[in-house]
Amino acid sequence: MPETNLQRLSDAAQKSAEVRRTVLTMAHRAKNGHIGSALSTVDILSVLYHSFLRVDPKAPKTEDRDRFILSKGHGCSALYATLAQRGYFPEKDLETFIQNDSYLPGHPSALHVPGVELSTGSLGHGLNVGTGMALCARRDARNFRTVVLISDGECDEGSTWEAILTAAHWKLGSLTCIIDYNKIQSFGTVADIMELEPLADKWRAFRWHVQEVDGHNHEQILDALEQATTFADTPSVIIAHTVKGKGVSFMESTVEWHYWPTSDEQYHTAIAELTL
Amino acid sequence: MRTAFVRTLLAAAQKDPSVMLITGDLGFTVLEEFRDTLPNQYLNAGVAEQNMIGVAAGLALCGKKVFVYSIIPFVTYRCLEQIRNDVCYHQLPVCVVGIGAGYSYGYQGATHHAMEDIGIMRSLPGMSVICPGDPYEAEAAVHAILDWQKPCYLRLGKAGEPALHSSALQLEIGSALQMQEGTDLTIIATGNILETAVSVTKVLEAQNIRVRLLSMPTVKPIDTHAISRAATQTKLIVTLEEHGPIGGLGSATAETLSVGNMNCQHLLLSGPATFAQMVGSQQHLRAKAGLDTESLARTILKRYQSLS
Repeated sequence: MPETNLQRLSDAAQKSAEVRRTVLTMAHRAKNGHIGSALSTVDILSVLYHSFLRVDPKAPKTEDRDRFILSKGHGCSALYATLAQRGYFPEKDLETFIQNDSYLPGHPSALHVPGVELSTGSLGHGLNVGTGMALCARRDARNFRTVVLISDGECDEGSTWEAILTAAHWKLGSLTCIIDYNKIQSFGTVADIMELEPLADKWRAFRWHVQEVDGHNHEQILDALEQATTFADTPSVIIAHTVKGKGVSFMESTVEWHYWPTSDEQYHTAIAELTL
Repeated sequence: MRTAFVRTLLAAAQKDPSVMLITGDLGFTVLEEFRDTLPNQYLNAGVAEQNMIGVAAGLALCGKKVFVYSIIPFVTYRCLEQIRNDVCYHQLPVCVVGIGAGYSYGYQGATHHAMEDIGIMRSLPGMSVICPGDPYEAEAAVHAILDWQKPCYLRLGKAGEPALHSSALQLEIGSALQMQEGTDLTIIATGNILETAVSVTKVLEAQNIRVRLLSMPTVKPIDTHAISRAATQTKLIVTLEEHGPIGGLGSATAETLSVGNMNCQHLLLSGPATFAQMVGSQQHLRAKAGLDTESLARTILKRYQSLS
């Protein structure tokens, strides 16, 4: 009997908590920011890599592997921690994150980091490249899915909307876009800087299948990813309502933790919260 | 030139199903045969160039060899970061095909002129820049690019450029094509102004100047050996391009002479570093920029005579 989604997610909470601790440790060691942006994606990445994507860390270039693109490259510490947890490279290597001569830069490089499909860092690239990948799957009847995780701020980019228009026109049912909708972009709230609402209606108007989930609820995320696979000719967007800095009380829903590194005291407080 | 390009690409694509052609909604009367013959290898990505380059990168990451076609400013400047990050950084077999080199779209105004593109594209790491001088070079360029399997910028004229070579030729990326031997001075030309270089050469020969004429279809990587030989064996190197003076063939040649510590006079002949102040035919705008046969021959002669 196939596993139920609940069974597939049996230790997801534990894995996510572990990644959150790793993200904090990486950022603290490197005196790096972007912690809030990474923490909001952790549960999505955990479900993708442990319960959904058909990928093999031992054969990361298999032709018909599912493709995942982290278009919001600045949140890459969560991706690196998840990839290491999944076995793409030794977890010890995470200690080199943004150090001199490290292969783990502050924005992910597909040339150097095992498991990274596309180098990102400038916003508004990932969904376009993912559209090309999904088009290839459709044209050649290849059996892989493409999932792209974008940020809410990234929905300001015109190129993102070019891809949204295009993917629907080309009927790319194998393409799923997840929006990490944590409501805070670089320099303020989305509502203040560049309001996106009604976001779901916009995507529907562009002829995408739209689902909205709690982006920290593993079961909802997996259910939505599975639901998205049922449409042959319609791309799907999952609007994941998330909390920037999720898991660390003093970081949650703040603009500042897009930038700040942690002091020793803040680091220990945060780790303690995530260990409870 | 673009007809030779499309014809050659179609023939190659019929043999290799991984070859794809994407247009940014341009190519009326040019791309129909490709579209109708190989619909599964053809794509109109609409008027959305940033997306078009991203899509091309995604296809290339899945094994395709992609040619992306539009008018030069739209397929280069508009989507430069996509070319840099998505194509060049990943070293993908994507060829950006730009139509309308220099003043090819002279009447259409400054938005359509292309006088900075070589410099911009040449500065991108990992990008090769190929500017064929006639239909035979365009045909050979397509074959060379398909073998190259790395990022390329193919700069084409528009239509109606005359054949300057006598027959089909082999083009090796990084190699100049010597069209005529000579020992007094060397003219190096790139792209669709090669035709003018040929006529200038004839004028100079009538003055008993023995001209070595090199076509330099690949501005990057440039043929440093051909430049070195010219620097050693002739008194003056003249570079000629339908492009501004910054970053093009003249710049690449000057860089080669400087880095190689070559002691040779260099005359850089190009269009201006400013927007054209009026519209006009390609010939008209060339003449306004001093890029007509008579002006060029006069300038070269004066410089050459000053050396004697």
